[in-house]
Amino acid sequence: MKKLSENVYKVASPVYVSAHYSVVGKMESEGPLADCFDERIEDEKFGQETFEKGESQLLITAARGAIKKSGIPQSDFGAFLSGDLENQIIASSMAARVLGIPYLGLYGACSTMAESIVLGSFIMSAAKEKAVLCGACSHFCAAERQYRFPLEFGCQRTPTAQWTVTGAGATVLGSRKSAIRITNMAIGRVIDMGVTDANNMGAAMAPAAANTLKSLFDATETTPADYDAIVSGDLGQVGHDILLELMEERKLPLIKEKYFDCGLMIFDREKQDVHAGGSGCGCSASVLNGFFLRAIEKGEMKRILFMATGALMSPTSSQQGESIPGVAHAVVFEREEESR
Amino acid sequence: MTYLWCFLIGGGICVIGELLILLTKLTPARILVIYIVAGVILSFCGLYRPIVELAGAGATVPLTGFGYALWEGTRKAIEEQGAIGILTGGLGATAGGIAAAIVFGFITALITEPKAKHE
Amino acid sequence: MDKKERRQQAYQRLVEKHSHSSNFAQGLFRAFWVGGVICVIGQCFADLARILFEFTDSQAAGFAGICLIFTTAVLTGLGVFDKLAQYAGGGTIVPITGFANSVISPALEFKKEGFVLGTGAKLYVIAGPVLTYGISTAAVLGLFYFLYGVIFP
Repeated sequence: MKKLSENVYKVASPVYVSAHYSVVGKMESEGPLADCFDERIEDEKFGQETFEKGESQLLITAARGAIKKSGIPQSDFGAFLSGDLENQIIASSMAARVLGIPYLGLYGACSTMAESIVLGSFIMSAAKEKAVLCGACSHFCAAERQYRFPLEFGCQRTPTAQWTVTGAGATVLGSRKSAIRITNMAIGRVIDMGVTDANNMGAAMAPAAANTLKSLFDATETTPADYDAIVSGDLGQVGHDILLELMEERKLPLIKEKYFDCGLMIFDREKQDVHAGGSGCGCSASVLNGFFLRAIEKGEMKRILFMATGALMSPTSSQQGESIPGVAHAVVFEREEESR
Repeated sequence: MTYLWCFLIGGGICVIGELLILLTKLTPARILVIYIVAGVILSFCGLYRPIVELAGAGATVPLTGFGYALWEGTRKAIEEQGAIGILTGGLGATAGGIAAAIVFGFITALITEPKAKHE
Repeated sequence: MDKKERRQQAYQRLVEKHSHSSNFAQGLFRAFWVGGVICVIGQCFADLARILFEFTDSQAAGFAGICLIFTTAVLTGLGVFDKLAQYAGGGTIVPITGFANSVISPALEFKKEGFVLGTGAKLYVIAGPVLTYGISTAAVLGLFYFLYGVIFP
């Protein structure tokens, strides 16, 4: 691991993506990316009694799927890093209870997928582990009843509001060579521009995203043109538009055709009433593992910059009128050409 | 004729609520609080009774009408029973609605299951 | 004004530029007609009660409220009410149906947390403040009314 600047690291001893797996709920299976996901479920509770347990089951399924695909025996996994949106990240902890891999619970709100991969890469290179499992999940029903109102409560969503994705993604980081390699990473700073509206999380997260992108570009001496795709987690329509403008101000304009937002990709905003787009840990987790890593594997993309964004508010801080701390972590994935 | 006024006034009161939703960041809970307090104050000032007489349910069904019932109950109880009416009148007049909401809410919770939401 | 505040304000303007607002006319129209119809249904219940049970006006209004609350309970239990409310906004929130839904929905939703601390306690999570402020306002104004009657008999 080589430090390039204050918050940007180059992964010196290679870390590869050995396997990736994604599981999504019903609405996501009706969206444009339906065919990309490894598993789609119809029942929102996933055969469990509560939405919370259902969410945990999503993560367990994604984790087991990824472990199986990697072909690495479970005893070789040095750590399981995961988080979700539930109070005290109980969905992840319940999943860890079943999996039995040494577990570090993370809270990074919707930035969790990138956070887990960043930390996973550090563990890989520090401890020379054979494999580390990274994951994240979210569930619309569980998030809604915790952060906003009961599901049956009749209230209108504002146009800037986003729809929490029911989904989970798991990535196995391994030391054995594979088609996808992690090359650079940026740990985000918390940026808060005073946005207090919890129904406009895209606006709260966009400045953090701009900050992380700039530090990564500067430290690695790259520009947006050097990437086949720059992917933000769940900025939604509002955050997407703001980020484009903020990057223009920073003289690093993103190329519109190569800039994607998972929150905008996962749903069809014309047909599905999701307002500004998808959000939640499961949004970037499922789209990264279901779509982008697969695209690199197939050789359709060579180098992508994945940046998951998180709005780190709590229901309590929102009620107290506190503004929303935003964060964004970035990971660069590159295709490793086979030298056979 | 009452039915026409009922529709127009009732709809109008709801439009004011919708305006509050669209123009401010008020949550539904806050809007409900504003409406009930406004209903009590307007009734106290004698401004709500004429609307009730004109529009019937158009004025009593919106939550301002709940405030109207609270105040009218308080006023009557004070006139009939004196000081104790300050505390007994309001709830007495609205007991039916409050009890209905609580009891039906409880029964609904007993017999139905929360459903997942798609769109 | 310090630099940080200026930057935050500039950013706030940027946010407003990109945050689309709701369709205004459509929202108002939907709230108007649904709200109006709910009131008319209430009027029907009240008139029926007057004719069938010879209720007084205030009894009939109370009866109409209870009927609407019952209807809301059924629609909420069936999972239909939130869809109607998503369409109508203020049209379903402002009438007594909104109050009823605010009691019934948490009662149902928090069932899994138990009948005492889930349903029993969470039932009042939205309705509690409404009752608190409604009853307190009425009592305070009632006190004024009473004192006025004592001083100027």
